Amino acid sequence: MEKSVFIVIPAYNEEKMIGKVIRELKENNYNNIIVVDDGSKDSTSKIVESLNTNIITHIINRGQGAALQTGTEYALRKGADIIVHFDADGQFKAEEIKNITQPIVNEEVEVTLGSRFLGTAVNIPHSKKITLKLGILFTYFFSGLKLTDTHNGFRALSRDAAQKILITQDKMAHASEIVDEIKKKKIKFKEIPVTVIYSEYSKKKGQSIFNSIKIAFNLIIKKLAK
Amino acid sequence: MTIIQIILILFIIFALSRVFLRLKEGTISWKEFSFWTIVWTTGIVIVTNPKIPGRISYTIGIGRPADLILYTSTALLFYLVFRIYIKLNQMEESTTKIVREVSIEKARKNEPKSNKNN
Repeated sequence: MEKSVFIVIPAYNEEKMIGKVIRELKENNYNNIIVVDDGSKDSTSKIVESLNTNIITHIINRGQGAALQTGTEYALRKGADIIVHFDADGQFKAEEIKNITQPIVNEEVEVTLGSRFLGTAVNIPHSKKITLKLGILFTYFFSGLKLTDTHNGFRALSRDAAQKILITQDKMAHASEIVDEIKKKKIKFKEIPVTVIYSEYSKKKGQSIFNSIKIAFNLIIKKLAK
Repeated sequence: MTIIQIILILFIIFALSRVFLRLKEGTISWKEFSFWTIVWTTGIVIVTNPKIPGRISYTIGIGRPADLILYTSTALLFYLVFRIYIKLNQMEESTTKIVREVSIEKARKNEPKSNKNN
């Protein structure tokens, strides 16, 4: 029986790109789309509704991690077999969803993590590259996992994995938390080459190095508090 | 007894009365009441016996009693700030859980009837 694939897109003030992203997904025959509007102040919701697409709206902004967990829980309630996390800013290619879901469909692994360093990072700024490489080092010391790309929002989870992984980091530390959950819960995973396109638009929305320090701090505090 | 000792003792008695009132109101638990009572009572003991910090700091190996009080207070403050930070994080998580439940319930009620799975 064919597995149902749900695409979860966390969105915050993405009126410029969300329409294009949804249209591209539908052109690639992905119709189970769940957009989580994380308290946007612009027309993100209206655009999604006009495209007859599922939308969940956080009444106040909680962060990308929170939005992903909301979307994942909703997808599970709707019977998703595979859940794909996909960014709303047009950085990812819809046609690569097939590559990222195939190892889960084949039951080789339960989670696939996109890697721009195995794939292609188009127009990646130097500062971003350095920040991401530092992130890889941090993840290795923090979670013990050796990955080529630790902060990539393009990932796929089997139903089982989505039920086991709990995202409690509301903001950007969720990416590292997911990796930590994979290690703790001994979930089989694989990295898949993906393309990440850095447009002028997405570069403006990207994370600074100060945010990376904040992410590391939040993760360490969480570990100490346990 | 010096004037400063009298002022400090009066302040501590006032602080203790507030702690007792909070317990009576039910805004603090017995555990918290006990903690703050011990803290303020220790304050009265030190204020009325100013040689005690000197004896303790000499035993530990810290030169001046004022330094001992400063180090102890700083450590305690850091710990309290850490606890407050943890509490804030827990409140943020709770807020997110509420926002999530509300948003999912609303989405389920508004599901388009023509929405079918692949």
